[in-house]
Amino acid sequence: MIEIKNIKKVYRTEGEPFEALKGVSFTVKDGEFVAIMGPSGSGKSTLMHILGALDSPTGGTYFLDGKDVSTLSDDQLADIRKDKIGFVFQSFNLLPRTTVLRNVVLPLIYEGVPEKERVERAKKALTDSGLDESHFTHLSNQLSGGQIQRVAIARALVNNPTLILADEPTGNLDTKTGEIVLGTFQRLNKEQGRTIVLITHEHDVALHADRIITIRDGLITSDDSLHNKKIINL
Amino acid sequence: MKTKDILEETFMALSSNKIRSGLTMLGIVIGIASVIAMTAIGTGAQNSISASIQSIGSNLIIVSPGAPRGVGQQVNQGRGSAKTLTLADVESLKTLSGVKAVSAEVSSRIQVTAKGTNTNTTVDGVTPFYPEVRNLEVDTGTFITDQNNQSGAKVAVIGPTVVTDLFAGDSTSAIGQTIRIKGNQFKIVGITKAKGGTGFQNPDDMVYIPLSTAQRYFSGDQYVTSISVSALDSGVTSQVQADITSKILENHHISNPTSADFSTMNQADIIATASSVTGTFTMLLSAIAGISLLVGGIGIMNMMLTSVTERTREIGLRKAIGAKRRDVNIQFLVEAVMLTFIGGGIGVLLGWGVSFAITQLGILQAQVSISSVLLAFGVSAFIGIVFGYYPAQRASKLNPIEALRYE
Ligand SMILES: Nc1ncnc2c1ncn2[C@@H]1O[C@H](COP(=O)(O)OP(=O)(O)OP(=O)(O)O)[C@@H](O)[C@H]1O
Ligand SMILES: [Mg+2]
Repeated sequence: MIEIKNIKKVYRTEGEPFEALKGVSFTVKDGEFVAIMGPSGSGKSTLMHILGALDSPTGGTYFLDGKDVSTLSDDQLADIRKDKIGFVFQSFNLLPRTTVLRNVVLPLIYEGVPEKERVERAKKALTDSGLDESHFTHLSNQLSGGQIQRVAIARALVNNPTLILADEPTGNLDTKTGEIVLGTFQRLNKEQGRTIVLITHEHDVALHADRIITIRDGLITSDDSLHNKKIINL
Repeated sequence: MKTKDILEETFMALSSNKIRSGLTMLGIVIGIASVIAMTAIGTGAQNSISASIQSIGSNLIIVSPGAPRGVGQQVNQGRGSAKTLTLADVESLKTLSGVKAVSAEVSSRIQVTAKGTNTNTTVDGVTPFYPEVRNLEVDTGTFITDQNNQSGAKVAVIGPTVVTDLFAGDSTSAIGQTIRIKGNQFKIVGITKAKGGTGFQNPDDMVYIPLSTAQRYFSGDQYVTSISVSALDSGVTSQVQADITSKILENHHISNPTSADFSTMNQADIIATASSVTGTFTMLLSAIAGISLLVGGIGIMNMMLTSVTERTREIGLRKAIGAKRRDVNIQFLVEAVMLTFIGGGIGVLLGWGVSFAITQLGILQAQVSISSVLLAFGVSAFIGIVFGYYPAQRASKLNPIEALRYE
């Protein structure tokens, strides 16, 4: 369960300090599928990094499963990311010149999973994300945009995280492929009960979630449950 | 993260940029190879010099004319330049206790000719004791005899190198032939056995003639250029050396040993001097090799820093998916150590190969010591840790978000 209260984030660069988040509060229950929507530059990615224990807020409190994240050390944060969270980054961040399989196996290496098991799990995650087996041994820079997206999703799933944070996972995809990705998230949410936070700037994409939180200029402008979400049956 | 996984990651990282890894490794390879080869050559040179000094005689004490000089200078200088030692001195030494044999020499470097060929060689006037004192053996014919000396005969015994130079290596026909030394005809009566080319004076490139003949025709006086004394065993050499000194001082009526007009040197001193020279030489070579190793290490650091910068996003990603500081630190450190270690291994093989080639080519009996190999591995791993430490620290301290944003 995610509980954030009055989260603030100020970026201090060379110029003026910039307040990307100006006090954001909400709660996401386990098993929820939430979309965070907002225009470009509204602070969505910033928020996701904080939710993912990758970055620390400059103000406010964040409890993840009852634990105050702001008090944890770097290594404890790394453990949380490893055990509980799966990221799909806006820019995917696959390792270049590395095979698809190796990319997906990587989180399990840090978890210390035995070699045989981790290859099996990686293959399963890739299949679940809709990537054809023939691509498993391709290098990551030999894939199409949609395939890269699926590898990134598979990597986020492979450590069986309870929380999946996906930043614009359909950003570069055509409608059809985008729907497959969204369908995959719905299935993971429904069948496996994973909490999903999906970040997007498209209303149409947000409509696939149970709840839509809208932010603008670092502040929440609306937070509504959706009763007639678009369901994709794969 | 398990050891096997770390090694696998390292292997993948290094092999994904083979040329760069190879070139970086080359610095270490050259450094280690030169350390190994240099110490092997140094040890080999030291052994060969010691052996060659051993071969000039056993428990040998050499008396040279002229005032004693500094230890390092004694080897070559002063010999033969002053004229103070006489046959009377030689005779007086024979009666000393602990002395096995005494040999006197009158040595000069002259051109020797035979049937249109010529060579510049050392012509030594010697007594029959010479072979005993100097561990010399006659291959064919006879050595200079007492009778030759008494009569001042113009006979010569030549070394195998002279045979090669003057008679095209035909030793059977050389016996009985004549050679000309400063206008005098000498009949060849014997040829010495090859001892192998050594340090200062090649015992194979010599012409031996009777001492009296040398004095009469070449030096023109009754002095000798050196006296070689062979002690009975190694235990008494220092005693014999002291006795020789006081005996000759007495002969020359010199009361103050510091104003002696001759100097004595025993084999152990020569070996020690030569060893200290080759030791310094080896150290110098190794120091130069060590510097190239240092340069190689800096190359490693340079490459690792570049690599950390290039892979900033990768490091950010690894951290995002759960890598701890320690994991990143170890990964980069192992990469550096792996580079130096593999480089060290190749360097050891290369250095070994060079030493082997030098031995095979007959230049020198180079000796690779196990300790230098172990040291080389230790040093290369150490260099990896030292020069990999800073880049690895830098990688491990990267903030994951900033690293992911890095372009
Ligand atoms: N490291 C940083 N340093 C300074 N400013 C930053 C930094 N990261 C983000 N910002 C600023 O914070 C604001 C929010 O950025 P953020 O990446 O969260 O936007 P976003 O909502 O994800 O936009 P998009 O939809 O385009 O991805 C932007 O104005 C951006 O310029
Ligand atoms: Mg963003």
